[in-house]
Amino acid sequence: MKILIKNGRVIDPANRIDRPADLLIDRTTIQRTGDSIILKEPHEVIDASGCLVLPGLIDMHVHFREPGREDQETIIGGSIVAAKGGYTSVCTMPNTTPVIDNQALVRFIKLEADNGPINVHPIATITKGAQGVEISEMGELVKAGAVGFSDDGRPVMNSLVMRRALEYSRMFDTPIITHSEDISLTEEGVMNEGINSVLLGLKGIPREAEEVMIARDVILTRLAKGRLHVAHISSRGSADIIRRAKEEGIDVTCETAPHFFALTDAAVAKHLSMAKMNPPLRTEDDRLAMIEGLRSGVIDVIATDHAPHLSNEKMQEIAYAPFGIVGLETAVPLIISILVKEHGFPYIDAFSKVTSNPARILKLEAGTLSEGSIADITIINPDKKVRIDEKFITSKCKNTPFLGMELYGSVECTICNGQVVYRKK
Amino acid sequence: MSGLQRKDLLDIESLSVEEIKLICESARYFKDLFTRSVKTVPVLRGKTVCLLFYEPSTRTRISFELAAKRLSADLINISVATSSVVKGESLIDTVHTLEAMKADIIVMRHAVSLAPHFLSQNINASVINAGDGFHAHPTQALLDAYSIMEKRGSLEGLHIGIVGDILHSRVARSDISVFKMLGARVTLVGPPTLVPDEFRKYGVDIAYNLDEVLPDLDVIQMLRIQKERQKGNMFPSIREYHKLFALTSQRLDRCKKEIIIMHPGPMNRGVEIQDAAADSPSAIINEQVTNGVAVRMAIFYLLAGGAPLEGINKE
Repeated sequence: MKILIKNGRVIDPANRIDRPADLLIDRTTIQRTGDSIILKEPHEVIDASGCLVLPGLIDMHVHFREPGREDQETIIGGSIVAAKGGYTSVCTMPNTTPVIDNQALVRFIKLEADNGPINVHPIATITKGAQGVEISEMGELVKAGAVGFSDDGRPVMNSLVMRRALEYSRMFDTPIITHSEDISLTEEGVMNEGINSVLLGLKGIPREAEEVMIARDVILTRLAKGRLHVAHISSRGSADIIRRAKEEGIDVTCETAPHFFALTDAAVAKHLSMAKMNPPLRTEDDRLAMIEGLRSGVIDVIATDHAPHLSNEKMQEIAYAPFGIVGLETAVPLIISILVKEHGFPYIDAFSKVTSNPARILKLEAGTLSEGSIADITIINPDKKVRIDEKFITSKCKNTPFLGMELYGSVECTICNGQVVYRKK
Repeated sequence: MSGLQRKDLLDIESLSVEEIKLICESARYFKDLFTRSVKTVPVLRGKTVCLLFYEPSTRTRISFELAAKRLSADLINISVATSSVVKGESLIDTVHTLEAMKADIIVMRHAVSLAPHFLSQNINASVINAGDGFHAHPTQALLDAYSIMEKRGSLEGLHIGIVGDILHSRVARSDISVFKMLGARVTLVGPPTLVPDEFRKYGVDIAYNLDEVLPDLDVIQMLRIQKERQKGNMFPSIREYHKLFALTSQRLDRCKKEIIIMHPGPMNRGVEIQDAAADSPSAIINEQVTNGVAVRMAIFYLLAGGAPLEGINKE
C-alpha cells in the first residue's frame, strides 16, 4: 500500500531542499516528491498541512541500558520512545553490562531491535571490556553491524592505545567516538567548575578536563591519520579546538546535546540532580558558543545522550545521584524552539544536525528524502506547542530538567521503513 | 505583617533584608528570656521538631535542641549512628517516614550541598538548613550578624574580615551573603588555594596578606582550619599557615581598639587563633553561642507562623 503525505513543507537537508510538496511512499521506499500528487490506486493519505516533512531523525548517542539494566530501559522500549521523539535511527552506546565488545553482543542488539519500531545501530567499544588497554576486534565488530567505536563514559586515558585505535580503525572507515575527559581533573566533581559551583559549595568539573582531552585526541588523530568524532562537547574551548583542527584538515567531527544549547549551570540550584550530567552544563558563554558552532558548522551533530535513570536513583542528594538525563522526546521541541524560533536557524541547517550529518559520519543509508531511498520520515508541526510533563515523557525514566516547560515543535508522525511507527493522538 | 511568609529556611540568599531584620529583632526578645529563672515559653507546644543530622555536630545540634525545648516543642533527635541511615535507607524514604509521623519542622545537617533544598522540594514540613556541604549555614550566619548588631547597632559601613579556609566553609558563604545584605564591606583573607577568585564577582575583596588589612577591620571572623586540608596541598604546613593567617597577640595589638573577634567554633587554639585573642575582651565567641540559641528560637517561632514580637517588647 502506498502512503501519500500531502500539503507538507518538505525539508531535505541532504539535497538542500525546502519547499511545499507532497511525498509518495511505495512500500519501503520514497517514490517521489512533487506538487499536488494525485493517485488513482487506493492509498493512505497523511495530511501534513502546516507541518515539516523531514527525513527520519538520527540520534547517534543513546543509552538503552540493555543488556544489564533492563529496569531502566530496554532496546525495544527505548526504540518506542525514540519513534515518539521523531527518530527512526539511533546508535546505542556500548557501556552496558556487559559492555558491547564482541560480535555476539552486537548481534544481540540488532536481533532485539528487529522486533522494535526503528533502526538501532550498535556502537561497540574501542577497547576490550572498555578497560582502555587492548583494542577490540574491530573487524569482527564492524562485520556484525557496529557503526562506530566508543568507550563512552570511560575515556581511553592511555595515549598509545588511543593512537592504535585511530590507526587500526582506518581500514574500516569507522569513526572513533570519544567521551573526551581527563578523569584526573574531574575528581569527584558534580557540576561545572565556576562561580555557581563555588557559591553552591559543590565540587566542580573544570572545562579543561574536557578540552585537554579533545586537544590530545585531535592531535593523535592527525598523527594516526584516523577519523575522530567527539561526543557531547559542552564548552567554547572545545568548539575552538575542533574548529582549528578542522581548519588544519584533521578528520574530526563533533556533536553537542540539546541541553548544552538550552541550559546553563545556573539550572543546578533549581533542578539539583535533574541537571546533573557529564560533561556538565556550563556557562551562558558556552551555551552561546554551542549555538555559534552549530550555525558555523564546527558542530556537525546534535545527539541527545539519552540516559535513563530510575527515580530512586536520581532522587538522591546531588553528590550521590548518577549523571545523565533523558533526551529523545525533548530534542525536537528544543531544536525548534531555541535554534529555529529563537536564533533563526533555517530548517535545513537545524535538521542537518539530526539527519544528513550523522548519516554521513556513520555511513548510514538514512537521513535523506531522495527518490528511491528508504522511507524513514518524520512529520513535525513546528508551530504547535507541547507541554513537557510526566505524561508527555513516555520514557520509563523521567529524569529531565525540562519538566514544566512549554516548547514549540510537536512530532505528529514517524514513519520507519515505510511503516507508521508513531502517530500523535 | 505576620512572621516569615515562607515554609523553609534554606539559605541566606533566599531571605529578604526585612526578613533578616525580623529574625534578629525576634531573637532579641527571646534572648531576654534567658535571664529569667523559667526560660521556657509555650509557643511551640504540640509542634514536633525533628533534628536530622547526617554529619556529626555537637554545638549546632545542641543549640537547636535547646531552642526547641525552650519553646516547649516535642523533639526527635536522629543522628547517623543511631538511625536506619546506616542500613542504607535513602534520604527520601527517611523523610517520608518523618512526614508520616507528622513532624512539623525538620532541621537537617548534611555533608552534601543542596541536600536540604532537595528535602524541601519533597516534603510539606518546614525545613531548616543546619549546614549543607560547603554551601550554606544560614542560622550560623544569622547569629553572627545578630551578634555584631548587638555590639554595634548595625552592620552598615562596617569592614568585616573572614579569615581562613573559605573554599571549604559553609559558614563563610552564608556570612558573606548576610554581611553584604546588611551593608557591610567584606574582605576574605587566606591563601589562593583556599580563597576562590570567583567571590570577587560578588563584590567581595580578597587579600592574601592579613597584616595589611588588619588595621582597617571592624570585625574579624576566624575560621577553623582543618588539618586534613594540608594533604590536598592547600597549604604546606600548619606552621606556615599559623605564621601567615593566625590571629596572634602581636596581630591583636595592631587591630582597632573596638575590634570584634568572632569564631564559629570549634576553635583550634594555637592554630588559627591564639589564647590572647580568643580570650581577649574583644572576643565575643561565647556570646555567639548564647545568641545562637536565641536566633534559632526566633527562626522556629517565625517559621511556625508566629507574629512579630516588637509589640510585646514594648509592653
